[in-house]
Amino acid sequence: MDGSDAERVAQALAGDRDAFRVLVERHSRSIFRLAYRMTGNEHDAEEVVQETFLKAYRRLSRFESRSNFGTWLYRIGVNCSLDLMRKRRPDSERRDSDAPEGSEAVRELPSPDPAPDRLLLSAELGRQVAKALGALSPTERAAFLLRHFEGQSIEEIGQALGLRASATKNSVFRAVQKLRLALEPFVQVKPNVAASRAPSPNQ
Amino acid sequence: MTHPSEEQLIAYRYGDVSETQERAAIDRHLASCDACRTSYEALQRVLAAVEAAPVPERDASYGSRVWQRISPQLDQRARFDWRAWLVPRRWVAVGAMAALVFAAFLAGRFWPRPTQQESARPIPVEVRERILLVAVGDHLDRAQMVLVELVNAEGQAKGGVNISAEQQRAQDLVEANRLYRQTATRTGDSTLVNVLDELERVLVEIAHSPAQLSSAQLNEIQQRIEARGILFKVRVIGSQVREREKSAGQIAPRGRS
Repeated sequence: MDGSDAERVAQALAGDRDAFRVLVERHSRSIFRLAYRMTGNEHDAEEVVQETFLKAYRRLSRFESRSNFGTWLYRIGVNCSLDLMRKRRPDSERRDSDAPEGSEAVRELPSPDPAPDRLLLSAELGRQVAKALGALSPTERAAFLLRHFEGQSIEEIGQALGLRASATKNSVFRAVQKLRLALEPFVQVKPNVAASRAPSPNQ
Repeated sequence: MTHPSEEQLIAYRYGDVSETQERAAIDRHLASCDACRTSYEALQRVLAAVEAAPVPERDASYGSRVWQRISPQLDQRARFDWRAWLVPRRWVAVGAMAALVFAAFLAGRFWPRPTQQESARPIPVEVRERILLVAVGDHLDRAQMVLVELVNAEGQAKGGVNISAEQQRAQDLVEANRLYRQTATRTGDSTLVNVLDELERVLVEIAHSPAQLSSAQLNEIQQRIEARGILFKVRVIGSQVREREKSAGQIAPRGRS
């Protein structure tokens, strides 16, 4: 697994399939996480992962040196997710503007199934987060995931999604606003034992 | 300033407030206005809950399985386009996987998968707290080193400087930072949350900068680091965490690491 992504891309472009295998092995899990957050189910996420790498391979010569490979791959992954979501739900973008919360079109994502020791949220809050993410339009969700989890700039997200900067900014804002409306009642501060025992940093 | 709008607070959270003055004004306002600070902290908690929502795990061999499924379809060789390679390349750091491995390792330290014995006898709160403090202290030290190296890189900046090593470390630190911030949010330690939040934005900015910087670009990054006073804040909170670590050490023996 040695060698930078850029080196592996160069080798793959020179015909070394094994170099591309390394890139697939290196990035599959992170693309899966992105795809799962986008699509909300494992089967679709698996499909997106495969499609993402197939597209990346075909477009490898277009990989632009100014962005890093992971960022480039994420863009492809997001667009593959959007394609799949639109195919599954052709009317999904109509909710982009101002569909009411809890409208019929809002799909509740399947409840996650984490190992108990990794569960950071109560089961109820986990369900609410999945529901709130599922209530975002595909574009809002994509913009939010790229901004929040990937730290991509508004400009980069706009390029990935084919949106102007103002529309991108607005998508991120709407996404966060909707998440907040849906989730704030569930995240009131409940200091735990550790917090109450820990001295304040100001002491 | 007047109370910032929700849109301004969200932009502030993501470092999208363009003017340094506006950022400083929001900083000051949040320090003095209880209502806005409460609102901002609620926003942070919501985002932390979204981050913490579990995603099904894929094991380390998942990539190999993906490769087995797609490789028969890669019949058309990726074509080499020389033009794409004639522009100056950004030889990026391979941070993503390392960060994920690091985060997984830290997750194991924070939320250790219990063995049968541990299931029967949970790790005491004091020990868990000390493990957390040790890990956060180490993390802040590492972040501080990256920031110090970048701030001091000025002397070598003639004709540009390559920061790919610092970028890789920053990328590694982003994932770990997110994990610590979630934990601090859960324990209601708002001072630590705020510093980690700001640190994360700076780290993301570094990780996404070009690897080869001109003197002017380097200067710009240095000014942004200094304008936010992040290095000072990291030092202060780092020493506070170390103090707390010492106090916790007096309460309980060091836990497993």
